[in-house]
Amino acid sequence: MKLFEHEVKEIFRANGIAVPPGRVVSDPAGAVVAYEWLHVPSVVIKSQVLVGGRGKAGGIRFAASAGEAAEVTRNLMGFNVKGEIVKSVLVEPRLDISKELYLGITWDRSARAPVIIASASGGINIEDVAHESPEAIKKIHIDPDLGFEPFVGRELAAKVGIPREHSQKFAEITGHMYALFVRYDAELVESNPLALTGDGKLIAADARLNILDDALFRQKEFGAKASDRLSELPLLERKAKQLGVQYVELDGSVGIIGNGAGLTMATLDLVKYYGGEPANFLDAGGGSSEESFLRALGVLAENPKVKLIFVNILAGITRCDDVARAIVKAKTELGLNKPLVIRLAGTNESEGRKILSENGMSAYSAMEEAAKEAVRVARAGEAST
Amino acid sequence: MAILIDERTKVLVQGITGREGGFHAQQMIAYGTKVVAGVTPGKGGTLFGGNVPVFDTVEEAVNATGANASVIFVPAPFAKDAALESIEADLPLTVVITEHIPTYDAWRFISHAGRKGKRVIGPNCPGLISPERSKVGIMPGSVFERGVVGVVSRSGTLTYEIAYQLTKAGLGQSTVIGIGGDPIIGTGFVDALELFNKDRVTRAVVLIGEIGGNDEEMAADYISKEVRKPVVAYIAGRTAPPGKRMGHAGAIVSGSEGTVAAKAESFKAAGVQVAVTPDEVPRLVASSLKKISA
Repeated sequence: MKLFEHEVKEIFRANGIAVPPGRVVSDPAGAVVAYEWLHVPSVVIKSQVLVGGRGKAGGIRFAASAGEAAEVTRNLMGFNVKGEIVKSVLVEPRLDISKELYLGITWDRSARAPVIIASASGGINIEDVAHESPEAIKKIHIDPDLGFEPFVGRELAAKVGIPREHSQKFAEITGHMYALFVRYDAELVESNPLALTGDGKLIAADARLNILDDALFRQKEFGAKASDRLSELPLLERKAKQLGVQYVELDGSVGIIGNGAGLTMATLDLVKYYGGEPANFLDAGGGSSEESFLRALGVLAENPKVKLIFVNILAGITRCDDVARAIVKAKTELGLNKPLVIRLAGTNESEGRKILSENGMSAYSAMEEAAKEAVRVARAGEAST
Repeated sequence: MAILIDERTKVLVQGITGREGGFHAQQMIAYGTKVVAGVTPGKGGTLFGGNVPVFDTVEEAVNATGANASVIFVPAPFAKDAALESIEADLPLTVVITEHIPTYDAWRFISHAGRKGKRVIGPNCPGLISPERSKVGIMPGSVFERGVVGVVSRSGTLTYEIAYQLTKAGLGQSTVIGIGGDPIIGTGFVDALELFNKDRVTRAVVLIGEIGGNDEEMAADYISKEVRKPVVAYIAGRTAPPGKRMGHAGAIVSGSEGTVAAKAESFKAAGVQVAVTPDEVPRLVASSLKKISA
């Protein structure tokens, strides 16, 4: 679960990491109040969205008067930042930044440990820096026995080349960030840029904290908010999430249901390989039941972009007869009338095939053959319309 | 022999009285796995399925039955505790099936296993199977057949699909391991490749990867240096939707785009044959086996 910048900044502020003063507002009148409260000549107005890269997408703007702050806020409200609609903005003083640093903590799969990453070349182009001059990025892994000790922060400051007069502060911020990483079960804590200001302060000009979804059961403060955040998702994706199936919408016309993420991903790849365009990714789950398949079919039945549905099941724990029964029910009870291409193999395959044939349907046994047929049917459908 | 488990492996099931644990304990027994004990705190002294003794602690179970592998089905909030209990009881192999374990918890028990020199597979994995000898986990036994192909995979159902296609093509498997897709896992591609490389039965290895991270790139590097057996790779996610971005840190850590194309390039450079479709896997394995025996 991603938190909004202003929420993360509140957490930073309460835990010893300096952030700029700021107000969250959602209308021009609020922006005027915030501007006057801040009492500075120039402010930055930042869209509160969860998507990354909002600066480059025009979601961060400046204002030098109350009137301008109102105008910018009016324009930003409802603005579409890479598919996400702006519902509030954060008004802060425009900082006098002499240097932009990067500081982040995440999990390193290959080292099997948390990694603290820092660079003296922070800012919006940090990924280019990582790509073009990886030596400018410094990393320290956390030892599971030691955890974080202040010397780790001092070492990192020295590696990155933080000016000596700021290295103690930098080390402290690193420690505070690591404490938050652990306390909030984060998959990421990040400040980019961590700004060194003209008057010699280190301030988190931007702040991110993503809580691991798997830990929401014990992150009670945010567990309740997580369901509200669903409203940020497209309608059918939200519905699928509530039903407990993994669903992502794409641009094509071939609807796809698989069991298990890897097999579903491979099914999309195969459809594309044979020249079709997947309409979605829908993983009904590795051990899915008749009910969960019926729900999954229901999600695709409702999607007007889906011209046909390709069901690819290799049953292990799932049973083919359950899948077949769900398909029959989807036709009779949900009124599903889109063309179906079905592949069934594995546990209770013959029972499943029997149920299908009793209802005038059949199934392929190889996924490659089924994928070819799905693409053929989709193309025929497009040609006839 | 197969790797990690065979017909002599004595398995204890942590969480055997739960819904998942109970169901899969029965499936394992039906497959022929030696399930010697169950552990559920508070249920010690009872019998599972009429003949498997249940204990309150792993230590008691090990002392009474000589179990040498544990498979964990306990719910995520209690999984770290269960895994540490298994590691502290000196079990050489702990297989963690439980999904949705917070990464911090996984880090605690996996780093502890590393210090104690014990192996963990998973978490969030389907376990492993040495066909017709033993299975420890949730893989559907029917799609596998005993043979000489080692399989290691990040995926669950896709592993079954590819094993099924290998079996249909007459290519049985020595051992099939699902390593799990979580950020912190106990046994990675490189660890599994090392075991298959040493194993006398295994003559070829199939590696099933996915987009994201740089595990496949690290595996390619290891293969080019150490592995003399033919390796065939399949990587899922060529058309995957642009995944959820995790700030900048994810891309910076791996130093890789994590795309299928980048992974396929690394593999090809290491002499690994890359299958574009799943049904290409058995064809490539068969032709590479022919070459060795020729």
